[in-house]
Amino acid sequence: MSRQIRLKTPLSTEDVENLNIGDKVLLSGVLFTARDAAHKRLFELIREGKELPFELKGQVIYYVGPTPAKPGKPIGSAGPTTSYRMDPYAPKLIELGLKGMIGKGNRSNEVINAMKERKAVYFGATGGAGALLAKRIKKADIVAYPDLGPEAIRRLEVEDFPVMVINDTKGNDLYQQGIERYAKE
Amino acid sequence: MIREISIDEITKVMRDLCIDANYNLGEDVLSALDQAIEEEESPEAREVLKELIENATIARQEKVAICQDCGLAVVFLEIGQDLHFTGGDLKEAINEGVRRGYDEGYLRKSSCHPITRKNTDDNTPAIIHVQIVPGDKMKIIFAPKGGGAENMSRVTMLTPAAGIEGVKDFVVNRIKESGSNPCPPTIVGIGIGGTFERSAILAKKAILREMGERNPDPELANIEQDILKRINKLGIGPMGYGGTTTSLEVFLEMEPCHIASLPLAVNVQCHAARHKEAVI
Repeated sequence: MSRQIRLKTPLSTEDVENLNIGDKVLLSGVLFTARDAAHKRLFELIREGKELPFELKGQVIYYVGPTPAKPGKPIGSAGPTTSYRMDPYAPKLIELGLKGMIGKGNRSNEVINAMKERKAVYFGATGGAGALLAKRIKKADIVAYPDLGPEAIRRLEVEDFPVMVINDTKGNDLYQQGIERYAKE
Repeated sequence: MIREISIDEITKVMRDLCIDANYNLGEDVLSALDQAIEEEESPEAREVLKELIENATIARQEKVAICQDCGLAVVFLEIGQDLHFTGGDLKEAINEGVRRGYDEGYLRKSSCHPITRKNTDDNTPAIIHVQIVPGDKMKIIFAPKGGGAENMSRVTMLTPAAGIEGVKDFVVNRIKESGSNPCPPTIVGIGIGGTFERSAILAKKAILREMGERNPDPELANIEQDILKRINKLGIGPMGYGGTTTSLEVFLEMEPCHIASLPLAVNVQCHAARHKEAVI
């Protein structure tokens, strides 16, 4: 049965090892946003041996490109984007200390293996629920690449941000398990 | 008699459609989600479906985008042949409406250069499909299309020997392979026939239908239902967490094709199935 767990970021190895697929987690603390274009730039920095705009150790990256904030609001609608496009980059970031990723959709075997070997997890947030999820984001500041607009890297402060564990540190996959449970043929 | 329409009016209508479509999910989609909660077997999946309804309610009340992916601006124009546009360029009028709608509505601009990935910064150019029809009215249908579900769409040229079973297998397999990526529960648009590009446009037009509206041809309506049943046996469920609601609807459109061909297009639409229309 699924459990509900509250966690504060940054995450430790122990934090993520305690998580199992299907666990509902309420995350509080800081998340960093990055999607396609930001990952490309982060990777170029890594390749050139340069410093990243934020320290990866223990952090959680949220794959999101929000809508512009209305006056008086920290952020616009902010639901997850599809994660597989970040698969080519994720194993390296996990190697450098990334502990969690939030997105939607299936990950490659390479990413799942990296999470198992280096102890990291993949969380799913409800895709298409951007208005609902934005309510749990209390503050948003651009920390890098403002020229990328919605794809800029933002530092988000969140309270009880609701996610589901899709891939844990044991190599399990909620998507696979869900299909096995409900497929009729 | 020729009727005149000022292109400024078209820009204004277009602007409003962009905002309306992105803030207000159709009642038909909300009803379909409600119905799915009744039928869904998985308790976790029912929770997800409730979240989607709650999200749509927040978007409507607070006047914010349902989803951060406010899509590329897909526009279908049905232009009466007795119309004359005055005061400028029709295509530019549509683009200006998109520009204003996405800016003034705080909507995300997702249009970019395919290779450099540089954003065009105003969500133009719109993808405009034009049809000339009898009369002196103009219908504008605006259907913003998000990237996640669009990426799961495919066009294929089957051999005629594949027949209807080949069509069904391809569609079901496409949804199976898409898994959790396109934000299920999805709406599946199918275009059969025409040429390569025509099949894709038919599939896109199919997803503009009202939920629950079957193809008027009973045989095609049966095929829609049959494919939907097969998809919902896949077990993918809402968000791919497992469940019996993988798709809410399958809509199929068919036209004659070449004797050598069987073009087939599958256009996947996420649950945020946004489209609004206006008649001028």
